[in-house]
Amino acid sequence: MKDFSVLIGGKAGEGINRAGFIIGRILARMGYRIAMYYDYPSLIRGGHNFAIIRAIPDTAVAAHHTTVDCILALDQNTVLLHGARKTRDTVVIANSDAVKDETIGVPIQTIAREEGGLPIMANAGLIGAFCGAFGISWDHAAGVLREEMPRDVEINLAIARRGFDAVPRNATLPAGKSLEMPLFTGNEAIGLGLLQAGLDAYVAYPMTPSSGILHYLAETAPETGLKVVHPESEIAVMLMAQGFAYAGSRTAVGTSGGGFCLMTEGLSMAGMSEVPVVVVLSQRPGPSTGVPTYSAQGDLGFVLSAGQGEFPRFVCAPGTVEQAFEWSGRALNLSWKYQVPSFVLVDKALSEGIYSFDDANAGRIRKEPLPAPDPARPYRRYADAPDGISALLTVPFPGSVIKVNSYAHDEDGLTTESPETIAWLTEKRMRKLPVMVREIDRPDAVVVAGNPDAATAVLAWGATSGICSEVAAMLDLRMVQPLVLSPFPQSAFSGACAGTDRIVAVEENATGQLARLAAAHGIPVDNQILRYDGRPFSIEELAGRLAEVLS
Amino acid sequence: MKRTLITPARNTWCPGCGNFAILHTLRDVLLEREREGHSLEQTVLVSGIGCHAKIADYLDINSFYAIHGRTIPVATGIKLAHPDLSVICCAGDGDCYAEGLDHLVFAAKRNIDLTMIVHDNRVYGLTTGQYTPTSPLNFKGRSTPGGTHEKPLNPLALMLASGATMVSRAYTRQLDHLRGVLAEGMAHRGFAFIDVLQICASFFDMTGYYNEHTYLLSGNDPSDFWEAWKIAREWDYSTDAPIALGTLYRSSGEPVYDDAYHSPPQSQTERDAAVRALIDRKAGRLPPGVKDA
Ligand SMILES: Cc1ncc(C[n+]2csc(CCOP(=O)(O)OP(=O)(O)O)c2C)c(N)n1
Ligand code: SF4
Repeated sequence: MKDFSVLIGGKAGEGINRAGFIIGRILARMGYRIAMYYDYPSLIRGGHNFAIIRAIPDTAVAAHHTTVDCILALDQNTVLLHGARKTRDTVVIANSDAVKDETIGVPIQTIAREEGGLPIMANAGLIGAFCGAFGISWDHAAGVLREEMPRDVEINLAIARRGFDAVPRNATLPAGKSLEMPLFTGNEAIGLGLLQAGLDAYVAYPMTPSSGILHYLAETAPETGLKVVHPESEIAVMLMAQGFAYAGSRTAVGTSGGGFCLMTEGLSMAGMSEVPVVVVLSQRPGPSTGVPTYSAQGDLGFVLSAGQGEFPRFVCAPGTVEQAFEWSGRALNLSWKYQVPSFVLVDKALSEGIYSFDDANAGRIRKEPLPAPDPARPYRRYADAPDGISALLTVPFPGSVIKVNSYAHDEDGLTTESPETIAWLTEKRMRKLPVMVREIDRPDAVVVAGNPDAATAVLAWGATSGICSEVAAMLDLRMVQPLVLSPFPQSAFSGACAGTDRIVAVEENATGQLARLAAAHGIPVDNQILRYDGRPFSIEELAGRLAEVLS
Repeated sequence: MKRTLITPARNTWCPGCGNFAILHTLRDVLLEREREGHSLEQTVLVSGIGCHAKIADYLDINSFYAIHGRTIPVATGIKLAHPDLSVICCAGDGDCYAEGLDHLVFAAKRNIDLTMIVHDNRVYGLTTGQYTPTSPLNFKGRSTPGGTHEKPLNPLALMLASGATMVSRAYTRQLDHLRGVLAEGMAHRGFAFIDVLQICASFFDMTGYYNEHTYLLSGNDPSDFWEAWKIAREWDYSTDAPIALGTLYRSSGEPVYDDAYHSPPQSQTERDAAVRALIDRKAGRLPPGVKDA
């Protein structure tokens, strides 16, 4: 089996995400690359959670099939709800303490109790049974379990072993050649990329699906020295970040659409004060509270124009963990170089999905040094410059008074209402734009995948670009993914679309926000495939929709 | 040459405005601190938006002229980035008792080392005379021409309840006293809250009333919370009563929020190694000597 999928399902609180991750690691250590989709409703106990892990030896993977090769059912619902994912060959291994009538049943709750484990440890039994059924050696499985279940490891291993022994071997998964690749959520990759590029502080108020960044950075802070703050609201978050930056700390904030609504006040302040800030926005379906734990791409238009007044901003939209790692770091450097807000716009699918991280091929971004002001002259925070970029000093700085201001101001940062100074300041801000365009409008701002010469292109952004790449390759189409959305990389985008006679946009929103942006830049989209139910396409679904559109 | 610490910006406060007193007193306190060895480069002023906030334009020190109600989160970021800085907030009563009240409560709760100066003129000055959270009951402002129907809040009681470790009141017509309280606030390690009764000459001139009702505290024990509470409750910002000026409460044993933020930033080499370790650990490759978390 060269392309293997396994689904594990159960109730919230049964550790499905964790169990899925461990299965992913067992496969990753065999040389597989992994994409895990994690589906859960917004509740803490009960309900139905499931994860689909797709694994292919040595090959990048981003999306899922409609069907799976194995179902691991902790509860009856898993069997009932995912019947349509079964083929003739699908192996179903069920917790026989809770599920009736399955060919392979393992009483994992009984086993967990008999081995003196907690109820949540039952899923170790299912993981063991999975390994047994697919010919994964006990030593291999136990090696990963030891690393991932260090607490009560012997009990977990005993439970897993009984599961392992309880099932007949069904097939043997061949090993790949690659060294184990680490598995990261998109949120973790974003956090790592920011750290790699010299992040000093992270400030956030919890909001799904962005909270994983906060949790990861807080948990790893003892090793990174990062200052992590969870204040009273997103309003405070956005302001606090700029206090940090004014005092020289490279700072990022993270939220989802609702929290970002509260940040727009502070975002405008960053626009006027030219204090750098990186905003990670992970989208979920809106408006308002919307659907907390599902995915969407509905906030592009909002991010492009959020805040009052006019000021330039960077917006990048990574779609893979490697892109997330690299572009989060780039966003941080760009924000400090140009003294503008930078956005990393992602979605739940990337934020909370788990993926193999191809460390060797991920761009490593380090902190870029900034130009120093002329020491012969008194420092002026907003000194005029041809490209609109004044040399940036932060407090405390010997011999300098550093004044920043949310009012329109002069070169020293003193408030002004003079028409000349207002116009000068506006032009200074806007003069950055052409320089920013030169910086980002390069071929690497737009990814081309699939068949780069195909006349039909699929246009995608964010996590959707992963599945679009795979489907485009299958159908011999071109896939175009702009990584930078503001300022718009006009020439790179035109280049990526050159020679197409048909463009089909695939987006997770109801109005085609990327299609609108492309059209505004002279590249109209011919067809749109839009989805707005919070769920990702499967490969077969998307291929079907594309075939319909193209027929 | 004597440094004035005053910028060339044109001062646009109304004649008789109490903000002049705060500006010049704060300037004097800063110069005095400089003589004592506290470098002004290590001092940052954060202001909100309102008449009070223009102090950021007028005082020639590092400043972050922020937005309405948001002095505290900005100041908190600065302080956490650089706990060695002296950070002062100059806020208005509309600014920090209305728009940004949550931040005020949280700053007190955290006991972060900031000097919080509220220019409490009990009216919105810059937006020309609406009531604020400390305007008296029945205050006739431009948004409440028939008088307000809500009692003011008592900021001193609120701050005592929220955990501020220094709670004081001063008055812009008692300059020496104001100077003493501001200096005390800057010297205090922890959240120093100072409600300054500030005369608004144009929209709420309470000079006569304050001159008649204020008295200087003496002989009180600022470490006694319940004594402070009683003094704070003497005047409810509405009904006629004696108005205490001075430090009602001061305690020093409480944890200070920014104490946990002194770690120096990692060098690029250290950071590279930290990121490397985080990546490797996820694949079960532990660098030597590092224990699995
Ligand atoms: C978000 C926001 N809302 C409203 C305003 C308009 N505004 C400017 S100053 C002010 C009130 C000022 O009153 P106060 O804070 O008491 O300061 P004072 O002018 O009395 O010193 C208001 C409402 C604003 N600048 N920002
Ligand atoms: S309106 Fe009041 S507070 Fe504002 S400057 Fe005039 S006197 Fe001062």
